[in-house]
Amino acid sequence: MKSYAEINSRIESGKAVVLTAEEIIDYVERKGLEEAAEEVDVVTTATFGPMCSSGCFLNFGHSQPRIRITQAWIDDVPAYCGVAAVDVYLGATELRRGDPANTYYPGEFRFGGGHVIEKLVAGEKLELHGLSYGTDDYPRREVRTTFTIKDLNQAVMVNPRNCYQNYNAAINCSDRPIFTYLGQLKPNGQNVSYSSAGQLSPLLNDPLYETIGIGTKVWLAGAQGHVYAEGTQHSPTCQRGANDVPTEGAGTLALTANMKEMKSEFVRGASLRGYGVSLALGIGIPIPILNPRVLKRTTVRDRDILAPLIDYSSDYPNRTGKVLCRLSYEELKRGEVEVEGRKVEASSMSSYAKARQIAQLLAEEIRRGDFLLAPPIRRLPLKQSASGLKIRERQR
Amino acid sequence: MSTKKLLLYFPKSETEKPIVYHLVKDYNLIINIFRAKVTPEEYGYLVLDVTGTEEDIRRGMDFVRTFNVQIDEAQKGVRWEISKCTMCGNCIPHCPTKALHISDRSTMEVAFDSSLCIECLSCLQNCPYGACSSIF
Repeated sequence: MKSYAEINSRIESGKAVVLTAEEIIDYVERKGLEEAAEEVDVVTTATFGPMCSSGCFLNFGHSQPRIRITQAWIDDVPAYCGVAAVDVYLGATELRRGDPANTYYPGEFRFGGGHVIEKLVAGEKLELHGLSYGTDDYPRREVRTTFTIKDLNQAVMVNPRNCYQNYNAAINCSDRPIFTYLGQLKPNGQNVSYSSAGQLSPLLNDPLYETIGIGTKVWLAGAQGHVYAEGTQHSPTCQRGANDVPTEGAGTLALTANMKEMKSEFVRGASLRGYGVSLALGIGIPIPILNPRVLKRTTVRDRDILAPLIDYSSDYPNRTGKVLCRLSYEELKRGEVEVEGRKVEASSMSSYAKARQIAQLLAEEIRRGDFLLAPPIRRLPLKQSASGLKIRERQR
Repeated sequence: MSTKKLLLYFPKSETEKPIVYHLVKDYNLIINIFRAKVTPEEYGYLVLDVTGTEEDIRRGMDFVRTFNVQIDEAQKGVRWEISKCTMCGNCIPHCPTKALHISDRSTMEVAFDSSLCIECLSCLQNCPYGACSSIF
């Protein structure tokens, strides 16, 4: 048994033993659970993939004379202005003004909110265009200027939902190609697409949220941020395997961090053909090895994590709840799965290679004593599910 | 017999000469055109495989050069920029020749073997990060 304080003091003295969620599997097999739990202080988990529920608050500072911005565009991408005078929220999936979207199907969605966020973190120059109706105290009615992240008072990433604990694998059973947030799916079930780091993914290594909770410190694209709430659609009441690992999408995390400290390599605008714009983010979360039980959870393997295979041509859009079968991440990562007796090519929308890199980077930061852990101030809800939207007839 | 993958660049004035016809007819070369952009009054590109004896290929290419066409054996029409690639692998089922592939399933890193690329451009349409691009 170890406490957060003990683990942090070992980190501060540069003596912490840190392994990634991939490395820990063999380590525990070699050493045994009890001995490994004594030796290992932290296991690092990570993920990298498109996460639509992302965005950021920006504060531009006040111009002379002042403006109370009511409409704003950054590099022609609209930002939400229904907050204070020079605060805006820029969402990852926002399209650029004039983007034809899917008018010429499948749309290309070359540039949008996610790309603006990438440019911002990369330190590139962006253009702000703001409009206002003018008031006595904020008389200016238009502003047009360029800026970089350095010019902003605050640039804070605030993501309502990241780190989905497990996710669907998608297939297309129709006879035409379809374009989804999991990529292009060829007709007649010719390919399967999935999106999870599997055995490296944060919440799959802590299936019952014993260490990852509100207040947990996270590595968000290189910045030290934290979990500020349960993520939207957090639905821990779900089907779980014998290892308590969900066999469908379940828990989620709401994350925040200072964008000025981020690395652009881990903040990438994504153009998903026929679907829209998104933002791919790199996230690392350390798991403190408080006891053998917590350690055991981190030894989960790809073969023990199952994803539901869903037909994105009909069952997903119509929300029928039908699952064709369940596929392990071991099969999925092999690049070929068997669906109804047929061999089907599988590929990923999230990057396992990048997740590995992030787990290593975080492990190194902790070993160097540069990243201390924070105990959660509140546990994530363990019992709740996400309900659907009821379409009610209008009362006359 | 050997096969070479070549990128031909046609300056503006040379786009209307039936060069491929002569390569087949006069130099016994088997031509497999992957992709061409040959527009009158503009410059043009041609990406092709030529198969024949070393001697025929050399003579054929000397003939092509007489039209002021530039031959590039190293450069391809499709480029994969490793710095833009996030190594997700979303492109892989859409690459018909496995030019884009996972080099090692334990690290899941993506690699590009340009000699296998037939320039179908499906990677350009399927990469969310613009890692694949075409020079024309």
